[in-house]
Amino acid sequence: MTFRKYLVLAGITVCATAGDSLLARGMKQLGNINVSLHNLSALLLAILNPWVTAGILFLLAFFACYISALSWADLTYVLPATSLGYVLVALIARFGFHEVISPTRWLGIALIAAGVGFVAAGPSVTPCRQHLDSREPSRDALSQQVKL
Amino acid sequence: MKDIYAWVAIGLIVLTSTTGDVLLSYSMKQVGDVGELWKRRGALAVLGRVLRTPTFALGLMAMAVAFYSLLFGLSWGNLSLVVPASASLTFVANAVAARIFLHERVGRRRWIAALLVAGGVVLMAV
Repeated sequence: MTFRKYLVLAGITVCATAGDSLLARGMKQLGNINVSLHNLSALLLAILNPWVTAGILFLLAFFACYISALSWADLTYVLPATSLGYVLVALIARFGFHEVISPTRWLGIALIAAGVGFVAAGPSVTPCRQHLDSREPSRDALSQQVKL
Repeated sequence: MKDIYAWVAIGLIVLTSTTGDVLLSYSMKQVGDVGELWKRRGALAVLGRVLRTPTFALGLMAMAVAFYSLLFGLSWGNLSLVVPASASLTFVANAVAARIFLHERVGRRRWIAALLVAGGVVLMAV
């Protein structure tokens, strides 16, 4: 793992969070959309709302970082990075806007941070089955235990 | 009634985004390290190689369905229900799917992490 790769993971966290927040804000402006064929155009036109547009741009940037990360790391390694966004939002709310964070939410922050730390401390890529088959099973089980 | 709609949307989001994640991860593993490829052959080679991977298009379609399900879900249910519920269920579903379909070695470390993150996401929303 190089510094550049950690930057890509940070890009996933920041862009996903910004994108989701902007989208949510835009959709709340538009109000409820009921499903029916008549309203299908309303749903498609949701893209024209500026908040939704900005959200989509951020989500595109997130997608670029995401598939780039997937090209060199496991799915189960990359995914927890996306959840760090919740922690980011809560910390901005606490220290940027001086909102009060309940003990339950602090516990949630601690759990997410612990989970991300757990994965980040391990290997970013685990061998796929082709590699596994070529190895001795006993040695493989041993090396797995050592890693854990 | 609205709650049922929200949970239908959540179920759809979990199913389609897990499918999309698995397909995307599979195709990007076939493409190989994007950073290395970019350095050697340039950005166009990366784009071409990614777009020519057939499972990538399938993954993208699944992600698009997941995205529109999220838009539906957000307009029906509360942000504080739809996002955390779908996110935390997706973590667990992805760990299972990555193990079955991608043959990733989801060891004790990653199981604990998936459950911690899923639990944390739920707590953040309470």
